[in-house]
This record gives sequence, structure tokens and C-alpha cells, in this order.
Amino acid sequence: MSDEDLPILTTTVEKVVQWARRSAIWPVTFGLACCAIEMMAMSASRYDIARFGAEVFRGSPRQSDLMIVAGRLSRKMAPVLRRIYDQMPEPKYVISMGACASVGGVFDNYAIVQGVDQVVPVDVFVPGCPPRPEALIYGIVQLQKKIDKQRSFA
Amino acid sequence: MQTPSIIEVLSREIPEAKFAALDSLDGMPTVGVDLEFLVQTALVLRDAPELRFVFLADVVAIDYYPREPRYEINYLMACPGAAGYGDAPKRLRLKIQVQSGQSVPSLSGVWASANWGERETFDFFGVLFDGHPDLRRILMPDDWEGYPMRKDYPVQINQPVKTYEPLQVTEEEFVANMKKAGRAPDSRQAPKQ
Repeated sequence: MSDEDLPILTTTVEKVVQWARRSAIWPVTFGLACCAIEMMAMSASRYDIARFGAEVFRGSPRQSDLMIVAGRLSRKMAPVLRRIYDQMPEPKYVISMGACASVGGVFDNYAIVQGVDQVVPVDVFVPGCPPRPEALIYGIVQLQKKIDKQRSFA
Repeated sequence: MQTPSIIEVLSREIPEAKFAALDSLDGMPTVGVDLEFLVQTALVLRDAPELRFVFLADVVAIDYYPREPRYEINYLMACPGAAGYGDAPKRLRLKIQVQSGQSVPSLSGVWASANWGERETFDFFGVLFDGHPDLRRILMPDDWEGYPMRKDYPVQINQPVKTYEPLQVTEEEFVANMKKAGRAPDSRQAPKQ
């Protein structure tokens, strides 16, 4: 039996870890406003985010890898958002969905945080008002590419 | 029931007060009253058999800065017209004028729903309500500075975002609050083994 016939696939541990992480990005249920409707559409059968392994919306931040900030974040909600982010286990990722979460959108006023990157570190910004479900799927695919480039064992 | 007939009942019950029939674009009966007769008027509106405005829908304020009296407070109320609650459904808008710095007698003893409406008015406009059982902010964060619906409030201020914990109550405070609200906290605890 030659070496070529052995049923063995060689790879690096890092590649396996990256593959495991990007193939099951479980989002925490964190809908704040109308963007959450598009997020629900994304997870439902028509757009079906299960194709990318990210369909399991968890009710607990402790079981989640990804926080999709879907909607405008009020200043009163900011400590809550930060607390939920802090409760998520590493590695954790944040997608800022839509204009309001990214830069405040139309709500240029005292009550709305002008960009969630003031509260949590954001990996992917998805533009739109609200973004189409395809746009959010594209954002998740971008996040997968980002995870693929991360060094797990530096 | 239109404004003049409502004022007729009110004037009969409180002869010393002056009631003004005010214009309203939407045709809803609108009555203005002086601040000192507010509580008496509210009681008559609620209890007079011809009126029976048992439902206070909303308390809203308007800031007419820089006019004095600065604030106008609108009480929106309704009579459901059900059995025992008046002969026909009707609505009423009661208006009072408030100077800046002047406090308003609370109507939370007349209508329970005035409690949150007055808290909202205090939260956004800084109007104080005398005799309110629990006058604190309801929509803005507890430690917010200023009253954002005032005309002289800078709408687009961009303060640093606070990410610390929202105010929490201690266990003793929670139990005390529950007892104050007439609910027994003990019934929610897990049964002892």
C-alpha cells in the first residue's frame, strides 16, 4: 500500500479551527428596530442563512459567537449592549447592521448612539436602510473570510 | 357632547372657576382651566353623571418658549359610554397653562393612569407635579441631565456614550418596592425543600 492510497488528509490545526469557527457562527438574538425584521427574513426559509451555518439564533449570549446589532441603539440601551457583549465567550464578532447602528442614520439627536463602534468593537459594517437580507448574508460571508485569515495560534 | 354643554356642567359644579372654550382644529371638545382649579375640575369630569370621563388617555406638555406661561399641559380623556360609564362615548381635551418653575398638582389620585403620563412630562419638560407618588424619569436614563423636549435643549448634542451598568436596586430595595406596590415578593420564591 503506497502513501497515496492511505485514507488520510493532512492539514494544519489552525485551518481546522478556522473552518470550525466560520462554519457555525451562531448569532445572539439582538434585534433593536426595523433592521431586525430583515434579519428575521434572512434567517427564514426564503434567504435561509442555514446555508452558511449561521441559522442558530441563541437566546443566551453565552452560547453565541456573533452579535448582529440590528437597529438604532439608544443611549439608555448602550450599557445593556455592552453587558451582553461582555457575556459572550471568545472568540466573538460583531456585525453593525444598517445605517442607524453604523453611524446613527436619520437619528442625529441626543438619544441615539452615533455608531455602535463607540460601545463595542465592530468587525463588519453592513450599509442600507434597512439592508436587504442578501446584504446581511454578504456581511456574514465577509466575516467568514475575516475569520479564515485570523491566526488562531499566533 | 360639545364644549359648551361640558362647560355648563363644570360651571354648575364649580361656580367660582372660569372655564374657557378653546379652539380645536380636530373638533374635539377643548376646555381651558386655571391651575388652581385643576384637581376639582378633574374630579367633576370623572364623577359628574353627565360627564363620566373615567379614562385618562394621555398627559402631554407643549413648550411655548420664550412665551410666559411657558408650558401648556394637555390632559386627553375619554368616556367609554358603556353601562354605568356615561350615556354616549365622548372625548375631551383639558388644557392648563404653567409658568416656568411653577409646579402642577398631580392628578394621579384622580386617574391612576396620570402617574406615568406625569412622569413622562417631568422627564421631557422638567415640570414638577405636587403630590405625585413616584416622580422620577421614565424614558430617559435615570442619570440624564436636562429635559430634552424643551425648546432650548440642544437636540444634536453628542455626549460620550456611557457604557457602565444601568442603575440596579439592591435586594432589600427590591423587596421594599414590591411591598410598597402591594405585591408579596415571597410568593415568587422557590418552595423550600
